[in-house]
Amino acid sequence: MAVIEQKKTGLNSSTIWNQLSETELRIDSQDKEMALRVLNNTPMPTTRTEAWKYTRVSKLGKIEFSNQGAQLTSIDKYIIDESGTRLVFINGHLSEEFSSEEFQDELNITLLSQGEELAPSILNLDDEIFHSLNTAFLTDGVQIEIADNANVERTIQIIHILKGESVISNFKTIIKAGKSSQANIIQGFFAEGEGKSNFCNSTSEIFVGENAALTVDKVQYENESTFHISTEQVQQEKNSVFTINTSTLNGGLVRNNINIDVNGENCVSHMNGVYLLKNKQHVDNHTVMNHKVAHCDSHELYKGVIDDKATAVFNGKVYVRPDAQKINAFQSNGNVLLSDDASVYSKPELEIYADDVKCSHGSTTGQLDEEAIFYLQARGLSKKSAHKLMVSAFIGEALDMTKNENARAFIDNLLLERFGWDF
Amino acid sequence: MSAYTEEELAKDLEGQEYKFGFTTDIKSDQAPKGLNEDIIRFISAKKEEPEWMLQNRLEAFAIWKEMKEPDWAHVKYEKPNFQDIIYYSAPNQTKKYESWDDVDPEMKETMKKLGISMEEQKRLTGTNVAVDFVMDSVSVATSFKSKLKELGIIFCSFSEAVQDHPELVREHMGTVVPTKDNFYAALNSAVFTDGSFCYIPKGVRCPMELSTYFRINEGGTGQFERTLVVADEGSYVSYLEGCTAPQRDENQLHAAVVELVAKDNAEIKYSTVQNWYPGDKNGLGGIFNFVTKRGICGYRSKISWTQVETGSAVTWKYPSCILKGDYSVGEFYSVAVTNNYQQADTGTKMIHLGKNTKSTIISKGISAGESHNSYRGLVQINKNAHNARNFSQCDSLLMNDTCGAHTFPYIECKNSSAKIEHEATTSKIGEDQIFYCLQRGISEEKAIGLIVNGYCKEVLNQLPMEFAVEAQKLLSISLEGSVG
Repeated sequence: MAVIEQKKTGLNSSTIWNQLSETELRIDSQDKEMALRVLNNTPMPTTRTEAWKYTRVSKLGKIEFSNQGAQLTSIDKYIIDESGTRLVFINGHLSEEFSSEEFQDELNITLLSQGEELAPSILNLDDEIFHSLNTAFLTDGVQIEIADNANVERTIQIIHILKGESVISNFKTIIKAGKSSQANIIQGFFAEGEGKSNFCNSTSEIFVGENAALTVDKVQYENESTFHISTEQVQQEKNSVFTINTSTLNGGLVRNNINIDVNGENCVSHMNGVYLLKNKQHVDNHTVMNHKVAHCDSHELYKGVIDDKATAVFNGKVYVRPDAQKINAFQSNGNVLLSDDASVYSKPELEIYADDVKCSHGSTTGQLDEEAIFYLQARGLSKKSAHKLMVSAFIGEALDMTKNENARAFIDNLLLERFGWDF
Repeated sequence: MSAYTEEELAKDLEGQEYKFGFTTDIKSDQAPKGLNEDIIRFISAKKEEPEWMLQNRLEAFAIWKEMKEPDWAHVKYEKPNFQDIIYYSAPNQTKKYESWDDVDPEMKETMKKLGISMEEQKRLTGTNVAVDFVMDSVSVATSFKSKLKELGIIFCSFSEAVQDHPELVREHMGTVVPTKDNFYAALNSAVFTDGSFCYIPKGVRCPMELSTYFRINEGGTGQFERTLVVADEGSYVSYLEGCTAPQRDENQLHAAVVELVAKDNAEIKYSTVQNWYPGDKNGLGGIFNFVTKRGICGYRSKISWTQVETGSAVTWKYPSCILKGDYSVGEFYSVAVTNNYQQADTGTKMIHLGKNTKSTIISKGISAGESHNSYRGLVQINKNAHNARNFSQCDSLLMNDTCGAHTFPYIECKNSSAKIEHEATTSKIGEDQIFYCLQRGISEEKAIGLIVNGYCKEVLNQLPMEFAVEAQKLLSISLEGSVG
């Protein structure tokens, strides 16, 4: 036991945060206290921690991270939707130069570093070392309020760029979609050049008001030595529709937590994801769909193609709480392995405490059908294009969930750039 | 199955809560309560075991003391106090039974109530069942021994095997479930009292079903039995296991270990009908059933687990297959029914190591009352398991709005030529289905019985005939009155 105790306290001085200074942002004092307590008392998760069973984060504890701003000459290649407005953050600091000057009238945008004291966080801080790290050492953040009844036509992009080496960005996004509002928000995560060991530790708190329809498209294209851990904590009120599409196309170690709490009846929630991995990439998608009330639907679709020595993890959890009757919850995860060194860990879970529900999940792992490839080759396609066609057919279903045409075109471009796939 | 009509079923159902709830008044020989090295020496001495066995036990005890009770399962219960359990209790018997007639009349009565009428079976020819009967801690009777002997099949209690076939026991025991495997396996290795041992020689097809009947009789005791089935090259055996216990207010612990060894081209079919006392309507009493079952497959061999789980207050059980040999096959068919305050966390592990290995998992959970029923399974395809194939299907049926059904599958794939499918559904019996039956003059209770039976058919079909009928009866009894 003594040895374990020592380890626990030994992590006190983990290098993740000993180079950083506590945040100057006015976050809720109780949250801050709690976050510091968690950081001091909780060891780094190991593969013995159920939530991190397949993802090793011990490397993170060995890097001396720091945070400072950086300059870029151009961000053109990071603009996902030309027609929309954008907020650009470099290493977690706002870049006024590249951000839009004017925003949609229906929006009220405030930087957390300039706003009033923050309300208590809806994130779970207890035992969550990365949430606590984010809270205690928050670099900056942005709050976007969408007015009631607003139909925001142009998209709002939040573009994050990491530049430098061993840079950590602890960023928080708060989105409040007012009653009966409608909007599309795009979050892009990028890394400039070959900067090594950068760490994007981001959290989002998303409130979807009554009758609102909010879509978040998340595009991840950092480099292969970047760490990325992000959490979306979502609260849905009655009659609302929330959609989140995650496209993970590049990144070293990526962990996405998406937790949706449905608080009101007649809600629909969609979670879709695409992950395409190669080399030694590791992508871990953890989702929690929490049905607290009756008469709701949820749909979840995650598809991935894994090549080389890459590893993909999917853990989807659906809770149906007592008395949350008439729930339809569907979850599906499909994986294609292209190499013998690639691995997949899939863990779709259901926890159901009500009876009048229809819940199902499915998970498949396989490879491209040799016969189908032969069929295509027999018709004059090269092996490479046959593969391409098959892969596109496989992940197309999930890619098509990104309805924003500009974002979709941007993703297709990235696929061409990284994999040589032109769908 | 056709012989068993619905009227008979209805008759069986009348007023039955737990029909095996009687105790048998047989004097028994007991060890004092508690667990320490002396108790282990006492058990070993009672069994007149060789020195190596005692050393094995003491080693296991040392390992167990260092281990922590696991708490990852989706069950809530008060942890048993391991010092408050009697680890050895044996029906008082002065000598070994030479023949069936020597058996204590009280004991015969018990067996009759349990439906193991050996006398009757003795008269039967053709499809026979050889039974080993384990009451509390020791095996009391084994039938058909001589007939099996002619074929070279060894089927006896575990302690006899230790005496008579030490080389076989020593060679295989602990190879599938090592002592260190888990908390309860270590405990079992230290204090196990008896169980069954079965060896099928090369190329022999066992002509009858082998069966073990386990019963906890004495209060305050725990049952720790150990089963070892070894099927040598090219052999086949079908093995059945049944369990019951008296009704008591306390929670009794049952921690068994079952090891199956299927050598090249061998096939083992292992069926369980588990009906330990589940506790009363308010969740008082019942058996804690913490069992480790695992089999290892050689080249082109097959292990098939079939289980019908209706009893126990808390079940924690994952019959697994290690598919080591190329072209080996693992199967798992399960029906788990929980009612009142029962909790079950059960499933399987399929570890694919060899090439072209196949596994199938069919799990059907039914929850009623305030119970919780979880499926927890692991499918692991290792790096060299080329062309491995897995199909899993886990369905849950919810009978009312206070119970819970959960699914926790773990799918791990490290080979690109593997094909894995997993699907799970959770729902209740459709109102349209009930309505359809009602329209045709079938009462609601019967309609539900019909639908549940259809739902479990895939698994029940895997059971040997005699067991399938019993299992169907059990299902109806377990679910009786749960329909709201």
